[in-house]
This record gives sequence, C-alpha cells and structure tokens, in this order.
Amino acid sequence: MGMVPVPPFFGLAEAPTGKVTGMGRKTPLYDLHLASGARTVDFGGWDMPVNYGSQIEEHHRVRRDAGMFDVSHMCVVDLRGPGARPFLARLLANDVGKLRAAGKALYSCMLAEDGGILDDLIVYFMDEAWFRVVVNAGTRDKDLAWMRARAAEWHAAVDIIERSDLAVVAVQGPQARARVADLLDADGADRAAALALEPFAARECGAWFVARTGYTGEDGFEVMLPAAEAEPFWQALAAAGVAPCGLGARDTLRLEAGMSLYGSDMDESRHPLESGLAWTVAFDPPERDFVGRRALEAHRATGVPMKSVGLVLEDRGVLRGHQKVRLSETDAAAAPDAVEGEVTSGTFSPTLQRSIALARVPRAATGSVLVDVRGKWLPARVVKPPFVRHGRPLIDL
Amino acid sequence: MSQIPADLKYAKSHEWTRLLPDGTVEIGITDHAQAALGDLVFVDVPEVGRTLAAGEGCAVVESVKAASDVYAPIAGTVVASNTALGSAPELVNQDCYGQGWMLRLRPESPTALDALLDAGSYGAQLAASGG
Repeated sequence: MGMVPVPPFFGLAEAPTGKVTGMGRKTPLYDLHLASGARTVDFGGWDMPVNYGSQIEEHHRVRRDAGMFDVSHMCVVDLRGPGARPFLARLLANDVGKLRAAGKALYSCMLAEDGGILDDLIVYFMDEAWFRVVVNAGTRDKDLAWMRARAAEWHAAVDIIERSDLAVVAVQGPQARARVADLLDADGADRAAALALEPFAARECGAWFVARTGYTGEDGFEVMLPAAEAEPFWQALAAAGVAPCGLGARDTLRLEAGMSLYGSDMDESRHPLESGLAWTVAFDPPERDFVGRRALEAHRATGVPMKSVGLVLEDRGVLRGHQKVRLSETDAAAAPDAVEGEVTSGTFSPTLQRSIALARVPRAATGSVLVDVRGKWLPARVVKPPFVRHGRPLIDL
Repeated sequence: MSQIPADLKYAKSHEWTRLLPDGTVEIGITDHAQAALGDLVFVDVPEVGRTLAAGEGCAVVESVKAASDVYAPIAGTVVASNTALGSAPELVNQDCYGQGWMLRLRPESPTALDALLDAGSYGAQLAASGG
C-alpha cells in the first residue's frame, strides 16, 4: 500500500511532521484521550486526537446531536489595558469598532504590511480594558512575537498575556448548548445566562469563559476553563452523552461549513481578497489605518485575478489540497490568459456523501472547472459555500 | 495495538494474503493500514480476469484522509473481487481480515507466498517503524 505521506486535512503550517507522537506538547486532557482510545497525531507540535475510532461517526454525532473537541492547543491571549481597543483597531483587518456590546465576538485576519495573512483569529470584547483573542496553535509563537513587536512600536498601553493556564473545549451540535448549560452551576443563574447568549457572543461564568462560537457550522459553545477543571468537565459531558470527537471530524465539519483553515486556504503568501475572506476586511471607516490596508487597496485598484470558491465533485473520488484546477473549455476560451488554480482544502463530505473542496481559481471560473484527481481531469461544480449548515445540506445534489 | 493474525502472510506494503483451500489467494489490507488511513469512503477493486505482476497496483483505497494504491503481493490472475466494497467501503475498517477482503488471485507460482513476511516479521516491521 502506498500511502500519501501527509494527511491532507492538516494545513501546511500545521502539517504532521511524521514523527512518532508522544513527543509533542500535551493538553490537560491528553491522558484521558489515550484512555478513550484516541488515535493521536502531531499537530503544530502538539499530540492531538485525530479520532476515537471513526471520524465519520464523530462527524455525524456533531451534525445530529452533540460532540466535543479538545482544542486546548489553540492559543488564548488576553489583551488588557486602556490601549487594547486602539491597538486591535490597527492590528486587525476587521474592525473592532463593530464590537460595542460586552461579550460580542469578531472574526478577523491579522495581516502583514504586504497584505499576506499572518493568521486568522477570533476576538472577544469583554470590557474596554479586556479583549480576548484566540489564535491558531501552529502560529502561536509567530503571532505573539508580532503582537508584542507592534505593541512596542506603537507604544500601546496594552499587556499581552498568553493564557496557557486555560484548557479549551468546543461542544458543538444541536444538543450542545443544553448539555453544557446543565453542567454550569447549581443555582441556575449562569445556566440561564449562558443559554441566553446570542450567536457569536461570550460571557464569564465564574472562572469559566463560555462563548457561543465554533468551527463546525452547528450551534454550540466553546468553553475556556482552568486546566485542572478540564478533565471533570469532559467526563461529565461524556456521561451526558456528548461524543468525543477528534481533529479529523473537526476538519470535515468546518469544510462542510465553508470555513477556512489557516495554512491550507490562506497563509502569509496570500491576501484575504483572493482567499474568500474579503467579507472580513473592513475598509470602512476609511481613516482606520490597519496593517496591510495600503497593500489591499492596491490589489483592489488593480483587480484581483483569483477568487476562492466551493467545489462539488460529481464523480467518485476525493478532492484534496494542492490538486490543480483548470477552467472549463468554455471559460478558458473566454479567458485564455487565466492561470491554473488549486484546491486549497478538500475532503469527502459525510453529510453530502460527495467530495467537496475550497479552491482558489481564476476569476473567470463559472459553472464548473476541471480538477486533476490522481491523474484524471474530473469536472467539479462551482458552488458558493457553505455546503452544510445546522445539519442541512445547502447544495443541490 | 494492531491485529496481525498468525495464519496470514504479509507484504511490507501492508497487504495481507490468505491461502484458500482451492489454491487461490485472498488479499486485503492490514489492520495497521486501515487504522492509519481512517474511515474509507471509496474502494476500487480490479476486474476479474486481470493479470497482475507482483508489486503492481491492483486496487485503490481512498479515506477521509488519504488516497492509496494497494499492491498485489504476488503475481497472478484475478478470480474474484469484493464488489460489496463499492457500496460499503467501511467493511474494510470494520473487518479488514474478513468481509473487507479485496480480491482473490490464482497465483502464477504455487510457492509465491513463501517470499512474504510471516506475522512475527510483519509485527516486527511495524514495531520498528513506530507503528
């Protein structure tokens, strides 16, 4: 058997090194994962569960009921001080000026001066002296160094505090919020408040931080809690019928939901306007001078030749990252100078029972494209992600 | 820990072979291989009558994670292939040494299996590679 060496669901930045796991950093739940039969992989320097048996079953549990993911490898950073808001307004391509109600969250790219994407992240506005940011595991050191250097350069009145004392558990699925809420407290106040959270909002529940966010296209919570409390929380969720799920299911779920993965669908060599992330760049107000703004405005002025689209493969086979994409004959005739595109992430969709992908293709691509799948140019339909949301297919098959 | 039945012979590339009473040889992929691939979503098996050289690609398995060729551990002619895998690729994950078999060959040489690994040697190979 000749196996493809790198499981394609890992972004380039977080590609497994091929080294034997057991050597990397471990989350507070690592021993519990092993005891639960997890198969682990090296992920951005961390030994993480990829599945606990069947990735597809875990995927379906999240779409239909509730699943939980240990995402403690992700990096929680608290920005504290009166300078936090102006600092983030300059640091991020999306505008924290949109965050007015305490607890609201915003998805954003953090760009280099040339517009390249350093990372994608979520920022939660808790109060004027406290914003919480969650960045990717594989970019942790780079991001922290970048933030600290910019804070020093801009003389920002902000402390940048890495919260490696916290574990992070994502509980996702139609039954997820109810299962978490039942575990929150005895008197019911936190429970009621957590259940009242709007989508993309967070609140503190004692020492816990509960956010109605996620990376699956389902409703649910992401819970940040003291590391020592992670194991009992995980076990209580398991006892309540929440299925442990690995990073494998997390990848198929996020791809069905049309969500980008850093290192695959974007990286430092790509800017948001060619990565399906133009919606996350706030050009208004025009006076907000964020890092990368001038580069993006130049791209806008000259036109962006590539775009990110969703693909559905009509044939048998699986679309995978780095497969080449060509325009259909009709589109190619109209755009003879178009360059080749590429699948940025692809997988088999357990919900649709078809292969789906995100791809960066020439702007001229319309109804369908051709993808080089193991030496054959197969037609794939161009669609607008998401493919699946809240358990329901959004693509006609 | 991977299951490695003692009555089978193995290729270094993670295929197993079983000598059947009629002299034909059943072939599939090992427990280690199916676990490393993860959930299979497509399995393409060869047509009956096809002649295979030892080491030739004879089937394709595609999982949520990766695509992989399955190589014929010995030379021979395909006498049967497990078409049930077309609609139920998960049989390979659930029962790789039984219902997840992929093809049966009539070997070109009756002694071809002698060159393959026994369970102990295959297990030692997995242990040496950290599997």
